Amino acid sequence: MRKFLAALGLVPFTAYVVLFLIVPTLIAVGSGFTADGGLTLENLPVLFAPETLSAFWASIWLSAVTAVVGAVVGATLCWALAALPEQGPLRRVVDAASSVLAQFGGVMLAFAFIATIGSQGLITVLLRERLGTDIYADGVWLYELPGLVLPYLYFQVPLMVITFLPAVLALRPGWAEAVATLGGRGGSYWLRVGIPILTPAFLGSLLLLFANAFSSYATAAALISQGSQIVPLKIRAALIGETGASLASNAGVLALGMIVVMTIVMFGYGRLMARTARWQG
Amino acid sequence: MSAGIPGRPSPAAARAVVAVIGIVFLIPLVAMLEFTLRNTAGGHDLSHWAALFDPDKARGYRVLAQGVQNSLLLAVISLGIVLVLFFPTIVLVHLRFPRLQRALDLLTVLPIAVPAIVLVVGFAPIYRVIGQTFGSGVWTLALAYGVLVLPFAYRAIAADLTGMDARVRAEAARSLGAGWVTVLVRVIAPGVRRGLLAASLVTIAIVLGEFTVSSLLNRVTLQTALLQISKSDPFVAVAVSLISLVAAFVLLLLVSATGGPPRRRSPGGAAEVRVAPPTTPRAAAPAPSQKEPGRGR
Repeated sequence: MRKFLAALGLVPFTAYVVLFLIVPTLIAVGSGFTADGGLTLENLPVLFAPETLSAFWASIWLSAVTAVVGAVVGATLCWALAALPEQGPLRRVVDAASSVLAQFGGVMLAFAFIATIGSQGLITVLLRERLGTDIYADGVWLYELPGLVLPYLYFQVPLMVITFLPAVLALRPGWAEAVATLGGRGGSYWLRVGIPILTPAFLGSLLLLFANAFSSYATAAALISQGSQIVPLKIRAALIGETGASLASNAGVLALGMIVVMTIVMFGYGRLMARTARWQG
Repeated sequence: MSAGIPGRPSPAAARAVVAVIGIVFLIPLVAMLEFTLRNTAGGHDLSHWAALFDPDKARGYRVLAQGVQNSLLLAVISLGIVLVLFFPTIVLVHLRFPRLQRALDLLTVLPIAVPAIVLVVGFAPIYRVIGQTFGSGVWTLALAYGVLVLPFAYRAIAADLTGMDARVRAEAARSLGAGWVTVLVRVIAPGVRRGLLAASLVTIAIVLGEFTVSSLLNRVTLQTALLQISKSDPFVAVAVSLISLVAAFVLLLLVSATGGPPRRRSPGGAAEVRVAPPTTPRAAAPAPSQKEPGRGR
């Protein structure tokens, strides 16, 4: 009886999650398989249409590039941060800044980069007038796919710091001391101890960064108002019926494709993080 | 402490690396500031900032004011969902249904694996029904935001809960005759106040920064209003963005400063427990490393 009463306490949350998480997900995927009120597979070829494939390819390219660069820069930053005192002002500032910037997607990020490398941006103008180099000599690329790389890195690097720093901090000083006692130097420490231990955490963080970029919509939506180079923008186009009517099913098929990619990535992430947990505890 | 340990940079080298990357990351912010200081004559002055507080121009900013108001309302309601719906459920599962813990872990990763842009596809028909039943008030959006916030709020609270011996303390309180509400509010909540604080901060941050759902469901929030106003008055849009960014940063810095030195949590052991950063980051949350990143030695 008591157990029953306690179980009753789970009802509101369960109802909420079913209504606002499970049902929307099912609708999103299911709408790809419905047409005229019946079930159908005839929308599925949309997933393999050339423009869909190129959007997926662009999304994956963008996510991979920003994930790899973001992970390498972020890991370097973690390596440096780990050597600084934990309660020191620099660590606190970087911690807080990373938390803010990792959340800093979307419209405001687009503004920041328009002000920096827009055609009248601070850096664009500086380079043009002081150094005589025009970064837009071949046309303005900020509002197209390559223009997303720098803004995305602006939230990828801080996210890497947040996810990877705990792993770097978990490296025990004793291991380094042991290497030193045995006559090893920095190089052999990293080669034989540091890198093997950090590899799962690094790859896990890399996948998380990939997932983060892959699912980002707001920044691209604010920067790119025309065309739909990446999958989230294709979903936007299908949802607001930019290019024609009755595209809800297209949005559903695209959503399904995104979920498939995200599931694979998150699964790999979960596996890698489970391995990482062995060294942190 | 780091000098002489192989593999660690010297403090000077570490500071240099942090400084170089930090300066690169400051450039866009400086560019934003410079942009708001430009005047029509080609020089720099404070005219755009003055215009921001000019009552004569307030009419033009009505959309923005509406957006700010809506976003704040949504932040409050979402916070309510986190504290009144999520928190008690997380505690209940932790105390009474440990077997469901794993399922809850998986369930709360779902909003990350299913991106917001995908959820919107499913939200669209649901919100048509909600619009017919409850009207098109902006508050209904908070129900969707709760889902977006769930992974981060959950990790923040759950990590703290495992660290506080919640079961023992709850049993002690119950055996002294405390009711469920008393246990929750007076025993568990103070024990996980850091987690609750982190969950609250991340909730507010996500809601105030949310664009995907609100723009595609045609609601006016801070971000959609910013995008709209940037087309007529980019200076105001950039200035408001800069203000909110700096405000968020200062707020976090204050929270981490008042957080004080790491506290000891282990019962009886002297193990030093690293205090989790005040915010649980957006996507970092599902990392198992979030729970007790205890530093051996």
